Amino acid sequence: MNFDFSDDQKQLRDQARKFLAEKCSPKAVRVVLDGKVPYDKELWKGLAEMGFLGVAIPEEFGGAGAGHLELCVIAEEMGRANAPVPFSSTVYLAAEALLIAGSDAQKKRWLPAIASGKAIGTLALFEGKGNPAPKNVKLTAASGVLNGVKKPVADGAIADFAVVAARTGSSGRDGDISLFLVDLGGGGVEVKGLTNLDPTRGQAEITFKDCKAEPLGAAGEGWSILSQVLDRAAVLCAFEQVGGSDRALEMGRDYALDRIAFGRQIGSFQAVKHMLADMYVSATLARSNSYYGAWALSTNAAELPEAAAAARISATQAFQHCAKNNIQVHGGMGFTWEFDCHMYYRRANAMALGLGSISYWEDQLIDRMRKKNAA
Amino acid sequence: MNFDDTPQEAEFRATARVWIGANAPKQYEEELRKSSLGRTQLKNANILEVAKAWQKKKADAGWACLHWPKDYGGRGASPIERVIWQQEEGPFGKLSGMFIIGHGMCGPTMMAFAREEHKRNYLPPLASGEKVWCQLFSEPAGGSDVAGLRTRAEKDGDDWLINGQKIWTSGAHYSDYGILLTRTDPTVPKHKGLTMFFLDMKSPGVEVRPIKQASGASDFNEVYFTNVRIPDHQRLGEVGDGWNVSLTTLMNERMSIGAGVSTGFPELFEYCAGLMLDDGPAIEDRAVRSKLANWAVKASGRRYTSMRAISALSKGERPGPENSIGKLVAGSMIQDVAAYALDLQGASGVVSSPENAEAAGRFQAMLLRAPGTRVEGGTDEIMRNIIAERVLGLPGDIRVDKDVPFNKIPTKGRG
Repeated sequence: MNFDFSDDQKQLRDQARKFLAEKCSPKAVRVVLDGKVPYDKELWKGLAEMGFLGVAIPEEFGGAGAGHLELCVIAEEMGRANAPVPFSSTVYLAAEALLIAGSDAQKKRWLPAIASGKAIGTLALFEGKGNPAPKNVKLTAASGVLNGVKKPVADGAIADFAVVAARTGSSGRDGDISLFLVDLGGGGVEVKGLTNLDPTRGQAEITFKDCKAEPLGAAGEGWSILSQVLDRAAVLCAFEQVGGSDRALEMGRDYALDRIAFGRQIGSFQAVKHMLADMYVSATLARSNSYYGAWALSTNAAELPEAAAAARISATQAFQHCAKNNIQVHGGMGFTWEFDCHMYYRRANAMALGLGSISYWEDQLIDRMRKKNAA
Repeated sequence: MNFDDTPQEAEFRATARVWIGANAPKQYEEELRKSSLGRTQLKNANILEVAKAWQKKKADAGWACLHWPKDYGGRGASPIERVIWQQEEGPFGKLSGMFIIGHGMCGPTMMAFAREEHKRNYLPPLASGEKVWCQLFSEPAGGSDVAGLRTRAEKDGDDWLINGQKIWTSGAHYSDYGILLTRTDPTVPKHKGLTMFFLDMKSPGVEVRPIKQASGASDFNEVYFTNVRIPDHQRLGEVGDGWNVSLTTLMNERMSIGAGVSTGFPELFEYCAGLMLDDGPAIEDRAVRSKLANWAVKASGRRYTSMRAISALSKGERPGPENSIGKLVAGSMIQDVAAYALDLQGASGVVSSPENAEAAGRFQAMLLRAPGTRVEGGTDEIMRNIIAERVLGLPGDIRVDKDVPFNKIPTKGRG
């Protein structure tokens, strides 16, 4: 048994951490936070040059052909740095959907463009409130033309293409849903940016009006493909959340060491120490659950659905817990725009919703555990 | 990243499996599988006798205290082989409960500090379960603050004379030997005046009185010492160095207790899977599912955390501090899990006798035993202090008694 990343993978993590410490300082994140630009283009370019965007994309499609474990360690660092780039939409959702279901031509068109940083992709799934479910997909596809509205679409305003979930049947079953690829630069698409919890990552409403689209995967296979994509993204996002949790915990710990009140370091008060200890417990449980998810993802194990749901819940809880208590440890200063605490708080709470809410994943986890026990 | 055995590990596993298959007391397997915190007993047999017999059988075949050196009754096995053994031993591992303190804490302390002849004499019968050991640390005036203990050891020729009282001593009522932390110098600050010994529990002047616990059971004891003689060669470590010696024991205690505390989750999941509520199966109920999911990820997170520690061990690395979370997570979780199981039973949850209660009363027994898990082996609060100080590097508490001679420290809170 070796339930850990390899030395090479740890080296890659160090490399990514160093790169991001240099190119993605909190000051750089704030340029996007303050709305001056929609995302950090320079950083995006740098990530492409480092080979991080295509780390899990096969070499024949312009990637590094490493694997998902390598992508997990990079994801952790992206979360730690709170990177203001469309990494999760493009790499975990769009690229993974193409890898699972794309035709050779589709992969050739989009994957090299993703790896080189030329194309930003996203998944257009949600239509207002509600969790991932076939019945919530109302947008229609008929004769290769889409009609309907998707919102929120992560990074929708800066994306070059989208994987769109559409209704192609009305039997009330999963087979009613099919996936389509849409070049968002073409006609029939109207994009509107949405102010959201985390301004370092955009959200948009996209209206499709007689928009031309090409099928991604077989007709009626959409929900099955989507489920796989969401499971993979759940593990990868969990690593971002683990990285964010660790950073928020470190910020709180550092402040508790530096800040003096009542004549002593506030980190010497048990009320503060125990709060930080509990944050460490959450972050550790999340990391361990995520490692199991990484193993399941990298080996395409039958355990992936259960492991992904567990990683998703655990990492979501940990990031929310660490981000909110980091503010608490900082006291009043933690509640200022000037301190960085709120950036992690915003990211933690936005990420908690991105792939469906925590109650959705709780439900998924129990279904999947029952399935395993029945088998 | 993989969960595969190496060829050597696979061979070890196969050998262990064959031996267990041929030798384990299978007639108790089902009962042991169904036992849980607060209720590990056998209907038609004395569990202590069954446990001793199983331990002896293992020792004779070289399967006891696997990681100990062969000379001391072990097998000289690697940490990973020990884990593989535990996986294969399965429910029969629950029979090791009465040996946890001896094997997990007293043995390692003896190995680190006892004379060679004592190690050779005392460790093999400890490994084989023929002799049972207990740990005499806590006192009425020294629980979490164990360095505040008051039991005196005074030099008398080549012996030491012991007077005082210990409390919460698990298993003292069936123990043959114990390790004992005493105060040898009350005129220096509290951590500096302590000395460790081991002793025969049948020594004249040792009196063991079982404590009736809040759960109604009696696993712990008070132990009184009246002019008990211990020869100086049974001293462990230097005079006045008892605190450092005890740290060896306590670190081992937290490792072994942390790994052993159950979360109650598998029992609750199994229970809910078959439970009908007023408006349908419990497992279909949204509120139940949400609770289960939250506990599921804690249980799995803890399991995979210990796997990470085992991986580090098998690579020859020191495990990180991650494992220190085990007891903290499991202790409070099993208490909540038990209370929730009773909540699902409605008014009938109040009935606790095995023959009349839901699920044979296992959750009632769990609920009543659970408060102890949050106290024994380091309270939740001490565990949080350890994480905060040793893992996160936060400052220790300001200790008002740090530089004060022990006999000048106040002993009463009020009046």
